[in-house]
Amino acid sequence: MSGQHASQPIAARVRHLEERLIQAGVLTDAQIDQALERFLATASPTNGARLAARAWVDRDFRELVLADANAALAELDLGGRGGEFLRVVANTATQHNVVVCTLCSCYPLRLLGPSPSWYKSEAYRARVVREPREVLAEFGLRLPPEMGITVWDSSAEARYVVLPRRPPATENLTEPDLARLVTRNGLIGTAEV
Amino acid sequence: MPPRPGPRFGPGQRVRTAVVDPPHHTRLPRYARGRVGVVDRVQAAAPLPDDNARRIEPPRVEPVYTVRFAAADLWGQGSHTVTVDLWESYLEAVDVAVEAEGA
Repeated sequence: MSGQHASQPIAARVRHLEERLIQAGVLTDAQIDQALERFLATASPTNGARLAARAWVDRDFRELVLADANAALAELDLGGRGGEFLRVVANTATQHNVVVCTLCSCYPLRLLGPSPSWYKSEAYRARVVREPREVLAEFGLRLPPEMGITVWDSSAEARYVVLPRRPPATENLTEPDLARLVTRNGLIGTAEV
Repeated sequence: MPPRPGPRFGPGQRVRTAVVDPPHHTRLPRYARGRVGVVDRVQAAAPLPDDNARRIEPPRVEPVYTVRFAAADLWGQGSHTVTVDLWESYLEAVDVAVEAEGA
């Protein structure tokens, strides 16, 4: 890893900047809180779940989301407003995907909401690139030995979301019902769905 | 700004990451230095974090590549794959380097 975890100096600088802006009368605490609340109100794992469910029921959408995820987001009204470059990687019968950021904690906030604390932990970041099968088993996801694993280290510009496999015996479920089956961990790759 | 050259590498191409230990911030993870991988996908160009961290104006803007590495090549063991997103100046073409060494 390159030096310190980036969040600490950055957090201190952000706090300092906030204080200066408030002192100068440019912003108020309430405005900052409001802006954060607005962002967090729309940044949620239900967005990622909608994307997965749509990809399960709509073959064209699935092809689009795997080839050009940002274009697919626009179809779900999740695009626009400086969204980051997104890539969706699909689990198959022979390949499982899992996402990490080894350098800090880059994460697709808009589709998954705020990241869980384990995602930011040094243990997860250091171990999942080295022994993913063991780490996933600790999450309760025991993959068969023949299942290939790809770990996506998203430490640059792109953000990654895993498209889980559609669970068996869900042919009769509606798209919103399917979306309710999808978990945050499934979209990170630390759960099956 | 001068026109930017297109990406040097394409999908399927073998590349080697730089062996560096810079005193400044970089986004070439330590575990992936001096390793050979295969380009998976070419992403849009983005400012080089190493230049941004040193406040070099303007920063170099380079294509970013998703590069696949076999776990065994990174850790000496393991059957999985790790992909890392890497700026162009972190990479060199493997075949070119081999020819240069043989010359």
